[in-house]
Amino acid sequence: MSLIKAEGLVGGYGNVKVLNDCTVEVDRGKIAVIVGPNGAGKSTAMKAVLGLLKLDSGTVTLDGRDITKLPPQDRIRAGMAFVPQTENIFPSMSVFENLQMGALLRKDPIAAAADEIFSLFPILSDKRSQQAGQLSGGQRQQLAVGRALMTRPSVLLLDEPTAGVSPNVMDELFAKITEIAAQGLAVLMVEQNAALALEIADTGFVLVEGANRFTGSGSDLLNDPDTRRSFLGGRP
Amino acid sequence: MTDILNAFSHITSLLVIPGLAYASQLAFGALGVTLIFGVLRFSNFAHAEGMSLATMFCILITVWLQGASVSIAPLPTALIAMFLAIPLVALVFIGTDRALYKHFRAINAKPEVFMIVSAGIMLISNGVIRVVIGPEGQSFADGERFILTAREFREWTGLTEALVLKTSQLLSIVLALIAGGLLFWFLNRTQMGRSMRAYSDNRNLALLSGVDPNKIVWVTWILVAVLSVMGGVLFGLDKGYRPFVFQQMLLPMFAAAVVGGLGSPVGAVVGSMVVAFSELLLTFAWKKFLAYLLPTGLAPESLMQILATEYKFAISFLILVIVLLIKPTGLFGRATK
Repeated sequence: MSLIKAEGLVGGYGNVKVLNDCTVEVDRGKIAVIVGPNGAGKSTAMKAVLGLLKLDSGTVTLDGRDITKLPPQDRIRAGMAFVPQTENIFPSMSVFENLQMGALLRKDPIAAAADEIFSLFPILSDKRSQQAGQLSGGQRQQLAVGRALMTRPSVLLLDEPTAGVSPNVMDELFAKITEIAAQGLAVLMVEQNAALALEIADTGFVLVEGANRFTGSGSDLLNDPDTRRSFLGGRP
Repeated sequence: MTDILNAFSHITSLLVIPGLAYASQLAFGALGVTLIFGVLRFSNFAHAEGMSLATMFCILITVWLQGASVSIAPLPTALIAMFLAIPLVALVFIGTDRALYKHFRAINAKPEVFMIVSAGIMLISNGVIRVVIGPEGQSFADGERFILTAREFREWTGLTEALVLKTSQLLSIVLALIAGGLLFWFLNRTQMGRSMRAYSDNRNLALLSGVDPNKIVWVTWILVAVLSVMGGVLFGLDKGYRPFVFQQMLLPMFAAAVVGGLGSPVGAVVGSMVVAFSELLLTFAWKKFLAYLLPTGLAPESLMQILATEYKFAISFLILVIVLLIKPTGLFGRATK
């Protein structure tokens, strides 16, 4: 039984169906990656998990509880956290204020949660009073993840966390994501850098035209010549 | 030496103090404009009319208080009336929002649509003011008019040029400092203020973080009501209330907000100083000042005024155009995507 499971998702924008029977799931302490060609509905699937997409059919369950009808804010209250691909920080506010905003839904003191974020991302601690808009691309992504973790979620959704960052930073981010999952969170992410992401993934979902084409462990997908050729950049 | 003191007494009395008082009154308006732009994302054309309406409420309450012999002399009674007017004005603003703006937010209307709606509200408010209090000027200032009169100053210092300080001027400056300080404290130090800034910064992420948009809208209008009442009343106390003079404040207020960068409260305050002092410096008659400082033979014959006072409003317009051409984001604004 996975902690978060989205099953048989069908839906889209207006009359355009983006998702045609798509299923993704991930359990505590595991990382699942959604990969696939452009326009396959990867980000849309993630939006559906968060409740930002109106579904025609399909169910989303969190820890066995049906949350299909729950609006995004309530899902976040229930323990989900989401890092959007872009515009995922408050640029004119300080790093610490960004973390404070992340913890808005929590009523208890946030010092402990903030300290955890600062020990996970030490660079944020050094820049805690700096304006978030002045951070570098990689630092921004760290802050975006940190902001999302402030609610102490059980599920972390990441929409292309490495978009627009340099390769070194990418490795570092993936390392941090592994660290986060090791703390017991269920991590579901969408990634363009499929090959790299599958290396750290426990499960990979290959989406094509809004439906699951292949599902398997990260290493299986990486070693499978079919998926390699079709979806992972064509290197044999 | 006396000449130099006279020269400085002269410009302090006629340029520095009026400039600071005017900048303070403008700042109340510009802060309101910038808050609405930052949080609700539109240019509120009805803002000056809103201030006029707020002042009208305050005058009616002042008259009622005066009738009931309530007084805080030497301070003007309007200061108490202000506190009573704020909730009323907040109700009017929130009511307007619920009746009109709310609908356009719900259908995700473009900012231009909001702007036109606000222009409509401007016309309606204008009509309401005409019906309720009439188009004539109203005098509602009571209490001590001067803190420092010309005669007192001359007797005290022996200078020819008197430094005059009106109660309304000092009140404008002091209350602007207090209100500005409280506003910045609220925006930076409280959770609600932070949420408002977050909502203005990145609306979707703020909603995802659990910010309640309705609360943000309400608090914004309440803050705007406080600023409108205070700004309107202080302007009215200083210059006398004429309902439609506020309309002429709209341009300087927007100019101030744009100079500072729309959406930036610090910018609104700095912008107000820039606009107020540009207006005064360019329309000030420098003749007397120069006559005191220059050797007798060089004293100017003309008024030494760069622009006639009638062109005062052209100055804000010019500032607006220059800023939009050179640095559209203003001094403290952030680049929009």
